[in-house]
Amino acid sequence: MFAYIARRALQSVLVMASVAFVAFALFQYMGDPINQMVAQDASAAEREALRRVLGLDRPFYVQFLVFLKNIATGNFGFSFRVGSPVAQIIAERLPATLELVFVAAMFALFIGVPAGVYTGLHRHGAMSRFMLTISLIGVSLPTFLIGILLILIFAVLLGWLPSFGRGQTVQLGFWSTGFLTTSGLKALILPSITLGLFQTTLIMRLVRSEMLEVLRTDYIKFARARGLTNRAINFGHALKNTLVPVITIAGLQIGGLIAFAIITETVFQWPGMGFLFITAIQFVDVPVMSSYLVLVALFFVIINLIVDLLYFAVDPRLRVERSVSAH
Amino acid sequence: MRYVIATALAVAMAAAPAHAKVLRYSTNADLLGLDPAINNEGPTNAMKTNLYEGLIYRGIDLSLSPGLATEWSQVSPEVWRFKLRQGVKFHDGTPLTAADVVFSLGRYKAEQSDMKSYVATVKEIRIVDPQTLDFVTNGPDPILPQQLPLFYIMSKVWAEKNNTTQVVRGTSAPTYINFNANGTGPFKLVERVADNRTVVEPNKDWWGKAEHNLTRAEFRPIANAATRVAALLSGEIDLMYPVPAQDVQRINATPGAKVLTGAELRTIFFGFDQARDELLDMKGSGKNPFKDKRVREAFYKAIDIQGIQRVVMRGSSRPTGSMVAPGIAGFSEEVDKRPAYNPDEAKKLLTEAGYPNGFPVTLDCPNDRYDNDEAICQAVVPMLTRIGVQIKLNAQTRSKHFDKIGLKENYNTSFYMLGWTPGTFDAHNMLVNIVTLKEKDSGIFNSGRYTNPKVEELSKKAETEMDLKKRQELMVEAQKIHKDDYGHIPLHQQTLAWGVRDTVDGSVKPRPSNDVDLRQIKMK
Repeated sequence: MFAYIARRALQSVLVMASVAFVAFALFQYMGDPINQMVAQDASAAEREALRRVLGLDRPFYVQFLVFLKNIATGNFGFSFRVGSPVAQIIAERLPATLELVFVAAMFALFIGVPAGVYTGLHRHGAMSRFMLTISLIGVSLPTFLIGILLILIFAVLLGWLPSFGRGQTVQLGFWSTGFLTTSGLKALILPSITLGLFQTTLIMRLVRSEMLEVLRTDYIKFARARGLTNRAINFGHALKNTLVPVITIAGLQIGGLIAFAIITETVFQWPGMGFLFITAIQFVDVPVMSSYLVLVALFFVIINLIVDLLYFAVDPRLRVERSVSAH
Repeated sequence: MRYVIATALAVAMAAAPAHAKVLRYSTNADLLGLDPAINNEGPTNAMKTNLYEGLIYRGIDLSLSPGLATEWSQVSPEVWRFKLRQGVKFHDGTPLTAADVVFSLGRYKAEQSDMKSYVATVKEIRIVDPQTLDFVTNGPDPILPQQLPLFYIMSKVWAEKNNTTQVVRGTSAPTYINFNANGTGPFKLVERVADNRTVVEPNKDWWGKAEHNLTRAEFRPIANAATRVAALLSGEIDLMYPVPAQDVQRINATPGAKVLTGAELRTIFFGFDQARDELLDMKGSGKNPFKDKRVREAFYKAIDIQGIQRVVMRGSSRPTGSMVAPGIAGFSEEVDKRPAYNPDEAKKLLTEAGYPNGFPVTLDCPNDRYDNDEAICQAVVPMLTRIGVQIKLNAQTRSKHFDKIGLKENYNTSFYMLGWTPGTFDAHNMLVNIVTLKEKDSGIFNSGRYTNPKVEELSKKAETEMDLKKRQELMVEAQKIHKDDYGHIPLHQQTLAWGVRDTVDGSVKPRPSNDVDLRQIKMK
């Protein structure tokens, strides 16, 4: 097990390095950061001087190697736009994104899984049909549209919830949390529904089809013949056997939630990493963009690792097969 | 825990005085930072103007009035003398001295300063006595006072105490002065969280008499236009700009909200490559049609600016024949008149010039810089196709666009869109940057490399002409020649639009530079 994790850790370093390389190669085509940083009538000499100071006059592979060397020593550089260290900016923005993703993921799991089980068990019920229809909206409407619709209904028409921002936050050490104030909790509702809606419907549809599949199998029929309660059959046997694909998808989707919080954060002016990334792109803020991409790659790698480890916990066959093939 | 904080919050809210006048306002991007010597950008400068002051203050109507200097005069061609206001204190309580002015000049002139252009002509500042400062210029500078409103005075003592005297960007340690502020201005910085909020409160010890009635102002940028509109409609903010053209009606139809409009100072125009011997899209032909004035005139007359104003801009623009907006020193009514739209004549001119079947050319356009920039270019394509030009549109994001048409790619364009606001509110700034290129550092955004010896000469003369009336004549004359040359095609000035709630007093008007000077804001 330990060797397995070590091997994965090594692979993940390679993944992140290649992400950084591709990113740097692309940055060359993004436009000139200098234009964003100087006054419109700055002279050519002033522009060149700043380019030299920032090291942007060097070829891209040199810039890339310097970046690699710097992150190896924990130095992520300074944001061209904000002027603070990138590590500090990301540390400030990370809690906002992670809290949003956490609530969205909880929303997706605790609504998606039970709804999937329900619609799987009561295939022809009116309620099931209603839920499936609603889920179509989640699958087919783009995120920004859902966000704007929710703002229109709950902020503009009803005036119940704020249309933007994070509300009041409380600083717990380095972590700024919105969980401890009413305005912070209220501010979380619309963005997390917007962000999690697609995943909720995806998980619901996935659980439903897996349930339909499993409920047809022989061991469920045997379980029924043994006279087990419905509850034990549905949740103890059926649901548990649907979990492997659900975990895979849910895991990948959490990475996706972090990476694609960009749109939700832009719509709700949520001060997280996705919003930081969008502004960095507009400003051609190379240090922020490169660090963000490497960090997101790291998240994906870690989540995939956790998903793989969860398979071992959920599916006993994997454990057996590994020990057989390990001789 | 949650309960305690919520209660504390409720108590804090209840404790706020009943007469609190809080302005919550928003625009599409955050400030770039607070260091007076860098971050030379409109909304950022506007916030700095709330916190810091220059020797001279530029009012809402763009007129100049005393700031930290009580009076000024030109004592000799190369010396401007300023009387420093006495008894002024910085927000931290340290008194303003002549040494602070000299220190601020040093920072403005530092290598990484982004505000050099405002003090470019100032060679040194001599302290005559503690109340009198002599600004010595490199040669006569008739318009120095025009450039000084953005020369913010910082506290030397404070900067030294916080080890933040250097002007640095991007690479080394973060600078204290970029995240904190200590000016003499009518507002004090209370809190700043990047991309989230900047909070200021009135400076009770300010020397002037406050015209605003605010007790607090919160600047909260919202990047997404639809969200910004929603926040205004729901009453979460009191004032926001810019209002997207398609939302004007909706805001006006909402009780308690309305849109205020005004004219902006930026002029949008097209330019042509008049330098290359061969047009980029006509490889092997050895021809550049734009060198022929008749071709430029044909393009000018083929563009139906009224149609663009009506359909693309939905009325939110002011068509112009001038390269500078009304309100800019050097603007002329006569230059502002556009030659009439006449596609038939345009077609004839093109034929006379030897291009009866037109020629291929690419129009370079930004798609996220100016109001409806890409849509304007899309509208122009059929207009030019109509006179036979085979035009191709290349619309891209601003950073790529400005690289392509700018110095970075050596003005790699034949026909392009650009907008310009003279930073000094003076037409000479436009002459130097847009329509001349022979002087040192001129023509940075003269992407078509237009040049005319007469214009160059007039511009150079205007630079040092001491008689303001004569200077004005020189600048107008230069613009007339440029206009008769069809050097560029001016299109329009955008109309700016602010959305406000009825919490904001009726006296508030958008100002031409399209940013918020809190001195002007009154709440009901």
